[in-house]
Amino acid sequence: MIPIEQFLIELKKSIILFQPETALVVTFLVALIVDLIFRKSKNVSGIILLIGFIVTGILLCTAGNQNSVVFSKMLAVDPFAKFFKWVILISSFIVVLMSFLSKELYEKDRRLGEYFSLIAGMTFGMFLLAGASNLIMIYLAIETMSISSYILTGFTKEIKRASEASLKYVIFGAVSSGLMLYGISILFGLTGSLNLYDINYAIAHGKAEMFPLLISGIMIIAGIGYKISAVPFHFWTPDVYEGAPVTITALLSVASKAAGFAILIRFIKVAFFDHTSPVAGETWTLLSTIDWKYIIAILSVLTMTFGNLVAIWQTNVKRLLAYSSIAHAGYLLMGVVVMTDAGVAAILIYFVVYMFMNLGAFYVVMLFANKIGSEELDDYTGIGYRSPVLGVCMVLFLISLTGLPPTAGFIGKWYLFIAVLNSNYIWLAVVGVLNSVVSLFYYAKVIRNMFLRGVDQEHEPMAFSPMSIIMLLLLAIPTLVLGIWYGPILHWANKSVGLFLGN
Amino acid sequence: MFQIFGIGPLTWITFLPLLGMILILLIPSGKDERSKDVSKSLFRWVTIIFTFLQLLLAIWIYANYNYYLAGINDPNGFQFVDKFKWIYLYGLPLLGNVSVDYFVGIDGISAPMVLLTAIVCFVASFSSFSVTKALKGYFAMYLLLDAGMMGVFVALDFFLFYVFWELMLLPMYFLIGIWGGPRKEYAAIKFFLYTLFGSVFMLLVMIALFFAVGSFNMLDMMDPTKYNPNSILFGVDTTWRYIAFMALFVGFAIKIPSVPFHTWLPDAHVEAPTPISVILAGVLLKMGTYGLMRISWPMFPDAVKHFQWFIALVGVVSIVYGALCALGQHRVGKRDFKKLIAYSSVSHMGFVVLGMAALNTTGMEGAILQMFNHGTITSMLFMVVGVLYDRSHTRGLDDFGGMANKMPIYTGLMTISFMAAIGLPGLSGFVSEILVFLGAFQTYPTLTIISATGIVLGAAYMLWTLQKVFFGQVPDRWAGPWDPTHKKYKTDDLNLVELVALAPLALIIIYLGIHPNAMLGIMEKSVNHLIQFVNTGWWTMAAGL
Repeated sequence: MIPIEQFLIELKKSIILFQPETALVVTFLVALIVDLIFRKSKNVSGIILLIGFIVTGILLCTAGNQNSVVFSKMLAVDPFAKFFKWVILISSFIVVLMSFLSKELYEKDRRLGEYFSLIAGMTFGMFLLAGASNLIMIYLAIETMSISSYILTGFTKEIKRASEASLKYVIFGAVSSGLMLYGISILFGLTGSLNLYDINYAIAHGKAEMFPLLISGIMIIAGIGYKISAVPFHFWTPDVYEGAPVTITALLSVASKAAGFAILIRFIKVAFFDHTSPVAGETWTLLSTIDWKYIIAILSVLTMTFGNLVAIWQTNVKRLLAYSSIAHAGYLLMGVVVMTDAGVAAILIYFVVYMFMNLGAFYVVMLFANKIGSEELDDYTGIGYRSPVLGVCMVLFLISLTGLPPTAGFIGKWYLFIAVLNSNYIWLAVVGVLNSVVSLFYYAKVIRNMFLRGVDQEHEPMAFSPMSIIMLLLLAIPTLVLGIWYGPILHWANKSVGLFLGN
Repeated sequence: MFQIFGIGPLTWITFLPLLGMILILLIPSGKDERSKDVSKSLFRWVTIIFTFLQLLLAIWIYANYNYYLAGINDPNGFQFVDKFKWIYLYGLPLLGNVSVDYFVGIDGISAPMVLLTAIVCFVASFSSFSVTKALKGYFAMYLLLDAGMMGVFVALDFFLFYVFWELMLLPMYFLIGIWGGPRKEYAAIKFFLYTLFGSVFMLLVMIALFFAVGSFNMLDMMDPTKYNPNSILFGVDTTWRYIAFMALFVGFAIKIPSVPFHTWLPDAHVEAPTPISVILAGVLLKMGTYGLMRISWPMFPDAVKHFQWFIALVGVVSIVYGALCALGQHRVGKRDFKKLIAYSSVSHMGFVVLGMAALNTTGMEGAILQMFNHGTITSMLFMVVGVLYDRSHTRGLDDFGGMANKMPIYTGLMTISFMAAIGLPGLSGFVSEILVFLGAFQTYPTLTIISATGIVLGAAYMLWTLQKVFFGQVPDRWAGPWDPTHKKYKTDDLNLVELVALAPLALIIIYLGIHPNAMLGIMEKSVNHLIQFVNTGWWTMAAGL
C-alpha cells in the first residue's frame, strides 16, 4: 500500500508535468464555449486554438528535460515524447493557420467552432499517445485521436466523397481498434499487467509463453500499423486523404503519423527490448524465436514499394500525395527496423523535415484548389506560370519529398540510410534508394504538368493574399534552409532519443 | 592568396552564377510590349556579363596556376583552396561525429575542367539568343546549372560534390522540358531518372566511405590507412570494395554516357535547345569521367586494377558502337543531324574511358585533353547544327545541300570543327586521340586496334555529312524569300552573335592543335602523381594494413 502522503506528492508532481496536456484540454473547452457565445464569428475559436497552442508551447518549453513517468506509470514524460509533442504541436498550429485560408471550409456558411475544437481534441489525443506507456492509455489515446479525426474527415459532409471517406475511416478504424484491444487483452492475460514496464519485466523473466505473446504483439502492431498506414493496413488511406478537407489530410499525414510512430517505437522498445543486456537498446532479445527485424523490414519494403508504384498511376494530386505518404511511412519503417539509437534519431530528423515539406505540398494543393476548384493533375497544366511563387515552392516541396539535395528531404533520407547502412542492412538501403528513383517519376509528373505543359498558352495570373504567401514561405524556407544547415536538428534529435525505460 | 571580400576565387567562380540568378529573379518581366523587350535583353545581358566575369576569373586562375603542384591526395598540392567548417557536430555518440567541410580547391585534373566550363557557359549564353520564350526562367535555370557544374569540378568534399552533382539535375530537367523540342517531356524525365538512378548508388557508396573514414574529405578517403578496420570497405581486393567500385562506376558511366547506359543522351540532345545541347555535350558529360578520375581511381585502385580490362572494353564498345550509330543516322530513322552529333559524343567519350583504363601517364593525359577538346569541338558542332536549325527549322540531313555557296564563313568555321572531330593533324582532336592511342596501346594492343576503327567510321560519318549538307546542289526550297510556313528558308551567313559564339572555340581548337602543351603542362604533374598513386603509391600505403 502506498501511503496517502506519498500518493499526493506523486499526484502533485504528475499534475505539474501534465501542464501542456492540461492546457490543450482547456483550449478545447474554451474553444467550444466561445463558439457558443460568439455564434456570428467563424474565426474566434480558431484564434483561441492558436493562443492555446502557443501557451502549450510555452509550457512545453518550461517543462525542462524530464525523464520520468506520471500518474502511476500511465504516461512517460521523456525527451522522446517531448520531441514528438513538438512535431505534433507545430503541425497542428500550421494546420489551424491553413484552415483560415481554406475556401473549402468557409463555403456553405459552415460553422467552424466544432472543427477547430476537434482539432484541439485530436492534438490532445496525439499528445497522450506520444507518452503513453500503459496499454489502456495507448488505447484511449488512439481513440481520442481517432474519433476526432473521423468527424473532421467528414466535416464537409455535403460532399459525397467526404462522407464516404469518413464512413470508411470509422469502419476501418473500428476494426483496427478491435484488433488492438484483443491483442491488449491477450497481453494482459499473459503478463498480468497493463503497464509496459511490468510487461517487459514479466517477459524478461520468462513468465509469458512465446506463441500467445507473438499473437498479441502482432495484433497490437497491426492496430498501430493502421494509424501509420503501413501496407497491408493502408486501405483507408487513399480514400480518406482524398475525401477529407485538405487541412485535415495534411494533419493526418503528418501529426497523426508522427503519433503513430511514437507509440510504435515506444511499445516495441519498452515492452520487448532487453534493457539489462550489455548492448542495451539495440537488441530484440526478448522475442528471439522470431526475427522481428526481418518482419518489419518486409513491412517497410512492401509499404514503400506499394506506395510508390501505385502513386505513379494517380491522376488526382491529393490522392497522389496520399500514396506518397504511404511510401514515406515505408521509409520511416526502415528506421524502426534498425531501432538503434541512430535509427530512432533518423526517424526524429525525418519527421521534422517531413512536417515542413508535406504540409507545404498540401498547402499549395489547397491554395490551388481555392482558385481552380480542383485537385486533378490535368487541371494543373501550366499552373506554374499563373502563379510562379506557388509553382516554385511546390517544386521545392516535391523535390524535397523525392529527397534531392539541397533540400531538407535529402537530409532526412540521408540519415535514414546512414542508420540502415550502419546496421549492415545493405539490401534494405538499396531497395530504399531505388524507391526514391521511382518516386521521382510521379513527383516529376506534377512538376511536368505545372511547368512543362501549357508554356505557350496565355496565362491569366493568379493572385494570392499576402498572408497566404507569408505562410507559404514559412514552410518553404525551412525546407530549403534545413537542407543546407541542418546542424541544429541533428543536435536536437540526438538529445531526444532517450525513452524512459523504467528504473 | 588572391581574395575578393575575403572569399577565394574558386568560391567566386562557383557562386557568381547564383548571384546572377538572384539578380535575374529580381528583374520584373515587364507589363507592356516595350518593357517586356527591355527586360528580355536585360536577362540576356545579365547572363552574358556574369558568365563573362566567370570566364575572366577562370582565365586568371589558369594564368596563376602553379604547374609544380600535384594535388590528387596531397592536401598541400591543391591550389586556390577555400576550406571552412560547414556542419561540425562532435560528441554525438549516436550518429557518429559529423564533419562536413566546405572544401574547394583545384589540381591539374580539375583546372582544365574549370576553364572548359567557363568557356562553354560563356559561349552558350550567346547561343541562347535563339531562345525566345519565358526568358526569365530560362536564364535563371541556366545560371543555376552553371553553378552546379562548376561546383562539381571544384568540390573536394564528397558531400559537397554530391550536393552540386544533384543540384544541376533540376535545372537541366526544366531546360530540356520547357524549352525543348516536340518530345521534350519524354527526354527530360528520361534524363532525370537515368541520372538519379546512377547517383543514388553513389550516395550509398558515399555513406559507406563516410563510415570507413569518419569524414567526407575526399583526400582522407584516398588513404587506405585511415579506413576503420570494422568498415566493409576496409582492406584490399575485397568483394565489398569491388561492389562499391562498380556502383560508383555505373553512376558515372550513366553520365559519360558509356554503352549500355547511353540511351538517354540522343533523346536529351535531340530535344534540348541548342545552348543546352552545347552545355550538355560540352560540360555535363565530362562530369562522369571527371568523377572517375577524382573519386573512383584514387579511392579504389585495387578495384580499378581488377576491372581494368572491363573498363577498357566499355570504352572500346562505346567508341565503335557510338560511331556505328552515328553512321547509321545517314541511313535509318529521321536522319537527324543532331542525333548524329549526339552519337559521335558517345564515341568520343569512349576515347576518354579507354585512355583512363590504360593506367599510364600518356593515356591519362590523352583522356583529360580529350575531355577538354571534346568539350570545345562538340560545343561547336552543336552550335553549327543550331545555326542551320534557326534558319531552316529542320535538322534532317537530307534537307540541305550546297550551303557552302550560300554561307561561306559559316562553312569555313564548321569545317574546322568537323575536321577536329575527325582528328585531323594540326587541330586539337588529333593530339588527344593520338595520346589515348599511344597510352592504351601499351596496355591493351588488341583493344586499341579495334578502337581505331572508330576513327575510320568517324571520318566516314563526318565527311558524308559535310558532303550532303554543304556541297552539291542547293534544294529548290531554299530559293525565294523567307517564309517558314511554306518551307522557304533563310540562307544568310552568320550574324555577329553567332560569330562571337563560334569563333573563340575555333581559335581554341586550332591553338591547342598546334600548341597542346598549353593544356598538357597544367595537368602533367597531377597526372603523373595520379598514375603513380594508383599503380604503386596506394599499394604501398595499403601494404601496411
